[in-house]
Amino acid sequence: MENLNLILPEIFISLSIMFLLILGVFKNDSSKITFNLSLFAILITTIIIINETFSVTRETLFNESVVIDSMSSLMKIITLIGGFLVLVISSTYLKTFKIYNIEYPVLVLSSILGMMVMISSNDLIVFYMGLELQSLALYVLATYNRDQLKSSEAGLKYFVLSALSSGLLLYGCSLVYGFSGSTNFDIISNQLNSEEYVLTFGIVFILVGLAFKISAVPFHMWAPDVYEGSPTTVTLFFTIVPKVAALTVFIRFLYVPFLNLIDQWQMIIVFLSIASMVFGAVAAIGQTNIKRLIAYSSIGHVGYTLAGLATASNEGIQSSIIYISIYVVMNLALFSCLLMLRRKDQYYEDIDDLSGLSKNHPLLSLCLLLILFSLAGIPPLAGFFAKFYIFKAVLEQSMYFLAIIGLLSTVVAAFYYLRIIKIMYFDKEKDKYDTDHSLWLKFSLTVSTILILLYFIFPSQLVEVVSRINII
Amino acid sequence: MNFPILSSLILLPIVGALFLFFTKDKEGNNLTAKYVALFTTVVNFLISIYLWVSFDQSTSSFQFVEDRTWIEGFINYKVGVDGISILFIILTTFITPLCIISVNNSVKNRLRDFLIAILIMESFMIGVFCALDLVVFYLFFEAGLIPMFLIIGIWGGARRVYSAFKFFLYTLLGSVLMLVAIISIYWITGTTDVVQLYEIGIDVKYQNLLWLAFFSSFAVKTPMWPVHTWLPDAHVEAPTAGSVLLAAILLKMAGYGFIRFSLGLFPVASEVFTPLIYTLSVIAIIFTSLIALMQEDMKKLIAYSSVAHMGFVTLGIFTLQQQGIEGSIIQMISHGLVSAALFLTVGVVYDRMHSRLISTYGGLVSVIPKYSILFMLFALASLGLPGTSGFIGEFLILMGAFKDNFLVAVIASIGVILGAAYILWLYKRVVFGKLVNEDLKKMIDLNRSEYFILSCLAVPILFFGFYPDPLINTIEVSVTDLINTHNTNLASK
Repeated sequence: MENLNLILPEIFISLSIMFLLILGVFKNDSSKITFNLSLFAILITTIIIINETFSVTRETLFNESVVIDSMSSLMKIITLIGGFLVLVISSTYLKTFKIYNIEYPVLVLSSILGMMVMISSNDLIVFYMGLELQSLALYVLATYNRDQLKSSEAGLKYFVLSALSSGLLLYGCSLVYGFSGSTNFDIISNQLNSEEYVLTFGIVFILVGLAFKISAVPFHMWAPDVYEGSPTTVTLFFTIVPKVAALTVFIRFLYVPFLNLIDQWQMIIVFLSIASMVFGAVAAIGQTNIKRLIAYSSIGHVGYTLAGLATASNEGIQSSIIYISIYVVMNLALFSCLLMLRRKDQYYEDIDDLSGLSKNHPLLSLCLLLILFSLAGIPPLAGFFAKFYIFKAVLEQSMYFLAIIGLLSTVVAAFYYLRIIKIMYFDKEKDKYDTDHSLWLKFSLTVSTILILLYFIFPSQLVEVVSRINII
Repeated sequence: MNFPILSSLILLPIVGALFLFFTKDKEGNNLTAKYVALFTTVVNFLISIYLWVSFDQSTSSFQFVEDRTWIEGFINYKVGVDGISILFIILTTFITPLCIISVNNSVKNRLRDFLIAILIMESFMIGVFCALDLVVFYLFFEAGLIPMFLIIGIWGGARRVYSAFKFFLYTLLGSVLMLVAIISIYWITGTTDVVQLYEIGIDVKYQNLLWLAFFSSFAVKTPMWPVHTWLPDAHVEAPTAGSVLLAAILLKMAGYGFIRFSLGLFPVASEVFTPLIYTLSVIAIIFTSLIALMQEDMKKLIAYSSVAHMGFVTLGIFTLQQQGIEGSIIQMISHGLVSAALFLTVGVVYDRMHSRLISTYGGLVSVIPKYSILFMLFALASLGLPGTSGFIGEFLILMGAFKDNFLVAVIASIGVILGAAYILWLYKRVVFGKLVNEDLKKMIDLNRSEYFILSCLAVPILFFGFYPDPLINTIEVSVTDLINTHNTNLASK
């Protein structure tokens, strides 16, 4: 008998989704209660994970098609916390656009479920199932503000391109299956050897599909448009949660089934990493819309996480996970600021709207200042340590070229972060924004900013948690 | 465990800044905020004086060392001072209160935020000078960019945005390579602790590249020709207090870094690259002195003179002679005082006339005599007249240079003449001559606080000019030891 306790989180969250749907159908005006219940469901799931699986080093279920290990538990927790915070800070935004419906929390929960399946997958088919579940939910979320042209456009674009990439991914999976005779990661790992050239095609197809999901250059084209068009809270969701899940799958693919083929994929990852870092830094310079700018900046940040993966060492993987965790916090803080730029039921998202913010809203602009310097990687803020660990791991493998390109692109990237700070602090002020923000929004901004600012006092804690993750 | 005096030096300004942060920002003249900041920095100055008094001058080992685990098994928070760094700490704590007194007229809006930025800046600068771990050093070194960027950008002059960006990006670009080098050192030797690194030494085959990476950062910060172009811009646009901090302390970080890290960690590479440093220093001395001659903006002229003076400093450091290095340190301290004083004197007339152009002035001596006398003193100190601290530094540097390389020393001596030329010409055009501009007649002489600040700077300039022993005694053992270790390292490799 399998130990079902280990996938209790997934089971619980699926049951909650079904229950919430039924509740939504039978009860009128149930959006508020579904929101609250879904938050509750996420909390309970997190607690279950902490209780049941957090101490598990490595267990497999269902003919080894699902794996529970320290990485999966940690990444699931990050996903859930991200989802939780996205849900709590979205309500005001959704109410403003009159899209405060039951579907929103249900879709968020379904995509989280998909991601949790992805994170735990140890089998091509399970992985693909999770991927499609989260993607389908995300397509709908992108178009959630359906009365707006841009939102529909974003959803359609995301759907078409994402479907294409899923197709590539599936083709890659079938090639790998053809050569290894199994869909199980562990068996594939034993069966594969690098002499088959066609197998390289399979790996490349899979990597392309995954690179698309985390929007690494040159498969990033969808990101700016989708990020700009989607409702801001959904953009926040896009920038953090699916990235965490996709990164985990990336790690899993590279270091379990394809570990023996490291010569084949290492150069690809290095290329993806360098291209993303450089392109993300350069392309963001000319942006005028904050959401588009964040899209390019997130491309750059993906480049740094990939740099950690390219090292083929446990330190590299750990540093990537640290990076993505800190990145999640920084993005949460950034979007909380963005959601505070509201004046009479209208949200502002152009960089010029920040003009002179420091005179009218000194605290908000101070938070934003810290967040932006942190994103730029200036010490002693958390963003610096994220980059520091990455480059520490990269240099351990003597990949000087990657490290130097990466650090130089942080200088370029610093330029556009500085530009925002310049607009906030050096330019003329505009009208005041509303200050009646929801408590949760203030809470998430305060907590994440404090985390960013004071991370340097206790840097060891995060390292300690992550150091339990040993994949290779 | 003794009282963590260095950490309290670093933390105290931050505590003051936090306190200010939670007070209400009043429009106009916010006296309370100023007093809080002043109190904090004066207390810090007193602590640093106590530090100097209780400092043991007879040993070159690090004192007041604090060593705490920071990132398990990787980085320790380690601070400590030796004879070289203690003087810079005192310079920092001495200049900062003067900056705060001087903000009277130059900063019109958001005084509280300005003071917070200055206080945070102070604690980072002290951190730089007492860090004994490369990563901790890098953290403080880089973190200083944030407040300085804001000081230039928010309270600066007309082209402040351009200058702030240039300052930030130049310095960051220089520093990232140093980060690569620091992490590489960790992987080569297994530690980033400076004291341990002094003992183990770094393999010769890595030294050249690592030295260059550190050099890229320090050269930008010094600034050395040809990467000095950010400095005139930053100086001209920064408010007076910002210029003072920049010239008096920020530039010294690089000189200090050269002594502590480039010489200490990479002895072989330092020897290899001495010709490079000599060339760049000599170019800096001659070339920027000539540029300074042509300036029409007073602040720009002083900024270029800073580049020239820092050229002397780098020259002195890499003579690797006792006199040269001691001279460099004294020159840095002296330049910290003199350039601060010169920027403040420019600030005084700028506050009254709102012009930095030399052509606006002329004949000031008959209107504001007190000012003219003090300005004269600082101008003479800047050109290195015997009896001022500037002389001791330049003299020792040239002495060291003559021992090591005759040609370089001769060219550098020409720089001394040029230095006299531009500063005296500046003085002549501003203070002497006919009083043409009618507006100048309405100028009032130094008010009490300005008089106080400038006298505070004049006293040590004269004192150390006549009696440099306190400085030399403090640094002597450390420098001798540095050179001895350097030579033994060279001999063994």
